[in-house]
Amino acid sequence: MKMFIASENSPSFFKEFTLVMPAVAVGNVAQLAVDLIVSTLNMKRVGYIHTDCLVPMAGNNPYTTCKEDAEELHTPAEVYSAPELKLAILQIRAPVIPTKSKKFRQLIVSWIKSSGFSRTVLLSSSHAYQRDDQQLQGTPLRYLVTPSLLKVSEDVLKELGWREMERVPVFPGVTDTNAEPHLCIPGGGITKGLFTDSCSEDLPLAVLLLFCSEGDNIPDAFTLVNHLNDWLHLLDNPSQEANKWKIPNSWRLLFGSSVPSALF
Amino acid sequence: MATFFGEVLSVFSRAVEDEDGEELVEDEEDEQIRRELEEKREVHLHWNSEVSESLQSGNKLQCSDFILAVGHNAASFLSVYVLTSSSWETVGHVSVWNERTKASTGQSSKESACVFHRNKDDPSVLICQVFCYIADDQLFQWTEKVFACLQHRGLNVTVLSDCSVTDYMTADHLCTSSAPFLRSLHTGVFSGRTACPSLEQPNIITGLSASVLNHCQVYRIAAVVYQCYSDVNGPDSVSMETFKPALAKLGKSIQLDSSPSTDVLRKSVQTTDIKSNLYI
Repeated sequence: MKMFIASENSPSFFKEFTLVMPAVAVGNVAQLAVDLIVSTLNMKRVGYIHTDCLVPMAGNNPYTTCKEDAEELHTPAEVYSAPELKLAILQIRAPVIPTKSKKFRQLIVSWIKSSGFSRTVLLSSSHAYQRDDQQLQGTPLRYLVTPSLLKVSEDVLKELGWREMERVPVFPGVTDTNAEPHLCIPGGGITKGLFTDSCSEDLPLAVLLLFCSEGDNIPDAFTLVNHLNDWLHLLDNPSQEANKWKIPNSWRLLFGSSVPSALF
Repeated sequence: MATFFGEVLSVFSRAVEDEDGEELVEDEEDEQIRRELEEKREVHLHWNSEVSESLQSGNKLQCSDFILAVGHNAASFLSVYVLTSSSWETVGHVSVWNERTKASTGQSSKESACVFHRNKDDPSVLICQVFCYIADDQLFQWTEKVFACLQHRGLNVTVLSDCSVTDYMTADHLCTSSAPFLRSLHTGVFSGRTACPSLEQPNIITGLSASVLNHCQVYRIAAVVYQCYSDVNGPDSVSMETFKPALAKLGKSIQLDSSPSTDVLRKSVQTTDIKSNLYI
């Protein structure tokens, strides 16, 4: 079954594009960060990812700026493009159906392969409370790269001075085992699976993740998107002007309806 | 997630699947159980002999208007205001099994959970009433299977669906008198005016109506969803009436009964089980 379906009159051409996509994870940080990119760069929707692996949902235009573009139907997973930046974004708005996460990863990997993206950046988050001692220190941001992306981006990554996600011991506290330390991304959804799949499929993929907790995750989204911007330079110096990123309309009422004033 | 007042909310978009890294190692027996469960959860379509013969010979159902009613208010509305006239015949049903299917229900109630009716005078008008719960993993399959039977050219889809007013978000606090009310959502190729205001951001719809709307958007079929936000827990006649303008938009293809049958209405309102015996 074809998973990517192009929308009206938009030729989809992704050869040598960079793909940025979120993992549905703790606090929805990655999805919020992706929303900021699409909204700020005013990216155009070029297609849908139509699959049985995601919970169905539908709503009007989340990035609406005026009355005219408000009534536009949007679906659980959509692809946006900015050809001048050679950038494509996959936004995912619904959770993956638990029994179908493996199938979803396979679909994503095969779509990435067939589209010819030069590299993929997976934004993600992980439970802050499950960090071990070494992870508690310093920045909450981590990265991971597959061997095929490391080959071409090693110098850039060194220059950025980012911290790689630590492998943690399988049995913490037990020293005399032969078990190799392993990668552990609790609360990261498909992050670990997609990373290991990309390693074995020789896909150039990087994971950028943030340790965080559930709550008001808007500041986390800004942290993650600024971190990504240090590498991809989507915006020039976003930190100088505090709010260069444009918050989309759909972020209103993130904590539900307003409360009746008669209550107080 | 907790609000500023500290109460814990289960917010849909924040569902996180904790795989905890490791994928479970399955032995043969686990795999067999999983496979059997998957088979049991499959969605099955049953058409009457006339329709299934025509489908088998490669002819899809010629359909100009497909009206889908999801939920008790929407489905009962059709029973009370539309299906009471004699010009409708039952042409098929969908059988679905999931964790909310009651074990004790007989064949007859299972069949009445998702039923297709066709207009005898104008066979291009098809109605589907969905009374039962369809699980997240079955929604996509339900939609694909039903739409595979319909001719896409010239097809207009209207979905009536109901949900609780507590799922509606707004910056102005709702006064209790405003419910029930109707909101619409339509696909890109839908032309014409809708019978009510469009669903405002950041509200979304989920479930079967969302699944059908996704399908129609992706395959460019004209479709509109009318969602009724009701403050009554269970079917009630006032909420049902809110769907009237939505069907009036369809014009000639659907005749609304001006004087609904009180017997059918009484029956449909009584179908809800009493969940609590506290005040009996």
